[in-house]
Amino acid sequence: METKKAIISVKNLVKKYDDFVAVQDLSFDVYENEIFGLLGPNGAGKTTTLEIIETLRAKTSGEIIVDGFSVDKQAHEIKQIIGVQLQAAGYYPNLNLIELIELFAGLYGANIKPMEMLEKVNLQDKAKAKYKALSGGQKQRFSIATTLINQPKIIFLDEPTTGLDPQARRNLWDLITEIRSNGTTVVITTHYMDEAEQLCDRVAFVERGQIIALDTPDNLIDKLVSSGFERKKEVKKANLEDVFINLTGKEWRE
Amino acid sequence: MNDNNINAQPDREELNSGMKKENINRISGYSNTKATLALAKASFRSIIRSPSAVVFTLAFPLIFILVFGFLGGGGTHIDIGISPGSDLKNPVIVMLEKTGMIRLVKDKSKKDFAKLLEKGNVDAMIDVHRKVNSVAYSVNVVYTSASMDKGNILKSVLNNLFYDKNLKPSIAEIKESTIHGREYKTIDFILPGQLGFSLLSTGVFGTAFVFLSLRQTLVIKRFFATPVKRSSIVIGEGIARIGFALIGALFIIVLGNLFFGFTLVHGAITVVNMLVLATLGVIVFMGFGFIISGIAKNESMVPPISNIVTLPQFLLSGTFFSIEAFPKWLQPISRALPLTYLNDAMRKVAFEGLNLWDVKFQIMILVIWGIGIYAVAVKVFKWE
Ligand SMILES: Nc1ncnc2c1ncn2[C@@H]1O[C@H](COP(=O)(O)OP(=O)(O)O)[C@@H](O)[C@H]1O
Ligand SMILES: [Mg+2]
Repeated sequence: METKKAIISVKNLVKKYDDFVAVQDLSFDVYENEIFGLLGPNGAGKTTTLEIIETLRAKTSGEIIVDGFSVDKQAHEIKQIIGVQLQAAGYYPNLNLIELIELFAGLYGANIKPMEMLEKVNLQDKAKAKYKALSGGQKQRFSIATTLINQPKIIFLDEPTTGLDPQARRNLWDLITEIRSNGTTVVITTHYMDEAEQLCDRVAFVERGQIIALDTPDNLIDKLVSSGFERKKEVKKANLEDVFINLTGKEWRE
Repeated sequence: MNDNNINAQPDREELNSGMKKENINRISGYSNTKATLALAKASFRSIIRSPSAVVFTLAFPLIFILVFGFLGGGGTHIDIGISPGSDLKNPVIVMLEKTGMIRLVKDKSKKDFAKLLEKGNVDAMIDVHRKVNSVAYSVNVVYTSASMDKGNILKSVLNNLFYDKNLKPSIAEIKESTIHGREYKTIDFILPGQLGFSLLSTGVFGTAFVFLSLRQTLVIKRFFATPVKRSSIVIGEGIARIGFALIGALFIIVLGNLFFGFTLVHGAITVVNMLVLATLGVIVFMGFGFIISGIAKNESMVPPISNIVTLPQFLLSGTFFSIEAFPKWLQPISRALPLTYLNDAMRKVAFEGLNLWDVKFQIMILVIWGIGIYAVAVKVFKWE
């Protein structure tokens, strides 16, 4: 097996909010150019972990290296090589999408053509629209466009598909896959297992601030099956979502 | 296979060329100036599209200027300077004091009076003394063309006195003359006041709202995920706010000058001096905005807290009335407020043609206020 290079390395990460321990002793590596999933229920500590890696929150203890830079001393360098989609970020009021992209280009010091960025996420028709006027899926796609402005080595997506309809989710999966195939490492959080199975090369299950399993989706499933697990119900060749997509079509529809 | 090799996709030409460009950027270093200017541009666009900013900065002051511009006149007081050395215990002065509309200004030197008269700050000068070898008084009045209408009122008042039965024997003569002065119009008082208030509201309300909403909608958090510095965010916002305030100020000044004859003694130079003062003013007032954005828990708390800052200054800083018209006990409060000094400096620069050095005292008070406000702002301002 080929040896994979870790682009993010998290060792013994601990985060306390006063007395409450949100993240306890987390360790994992993210490999270059993979799609890495952090899975877990609400409140598990996914956002906290991401934002510490993104240098947006201070950690209590532990060591994190991002592409050779330490989060403690080289936050500025890290910010230049990552793209961040926050779970609930807003955008500057009263500006249209083109103007927002221009703003971010200035903030990152990047020379890009705003329209090309919008084309990457299929929002060229919305160039003059305000962020507030976008649908849920469009908002997420726009957020992803802003993460790509500095041609980052790694992008972080925090629950990008939560609240989206099946079509919009699938559009986003295609987009994320495409971004990865362009050479970018993707770290994504989600609580949809089908999404993780489709999208992620490796996943870590986080529960109460701890990793309880970390492997490829295939290996995790195989392990479970080999332990003698069987689904109660006979698995059909399709599920209800497949029916829905089949009936309503898969095209971009917002 | 080679899925770890980022340059292994020849069919992604667009992205690869983008990456090369970006590599060059990274080597050449990150530009804080560029980030600051990008923010200033975004903020400026946002401000001019926000109805409340335009209403407070332009519409509001213009409406007041229009109203007062057309109303004209207004003041019913006639200020009369009493020449130093003039006899105070004489029937003429006593009678004048009894007429409700006349205010006597004493205890000023001849030189001071000459200036006040020229600017129309006093409407006339009077000198009363007993004629040599006579019981009758000689009254010497100097009017000013800077305040002709009030001078005329005084003239008729004096004439009435002259023909008054009781006084007749004691007044021998009234000598009258008129000096040439600059006419001090209502607009010359109202416009600087409105301008000051416009700067106050855009500085306080605008800054407070913007930073609170950027914080609450996590716009600032998203900014923090980019390499931008905090100082760039503050300076960028400041540039936009000041730029907008100055455009508003210029608009108000030019409109006032063209349509209401607002006096600009040295023309364009006066305008530039006023804009320099406006910049200083808006920077100081933005400090209040930073503080309010830090202590307000939500947007609905911004207007009441902002009003605590702006209303007293609106009423007490000589926006509509000269603070000399206030009761004595109120005047010290007026003299503590920063807008008082901005208004004062603006009027002196515009109407009296003073330069910035001449109003250094007012500027100094504003700077002291600024230091105090920003010392507090640094403590209470919240980023997240
Ligand atoms: N700023 C904060 N202050 C206090 N507690 C927090 C804060 N942010 C998150 N938490 C708590 O930490 C835990 C993990 O939160 P989070 O990382 O947002 O979880 P997830 O993203 O997995 O839903 C939750 O119990 C949450 O309430
Ligand atoms: Mg979360």
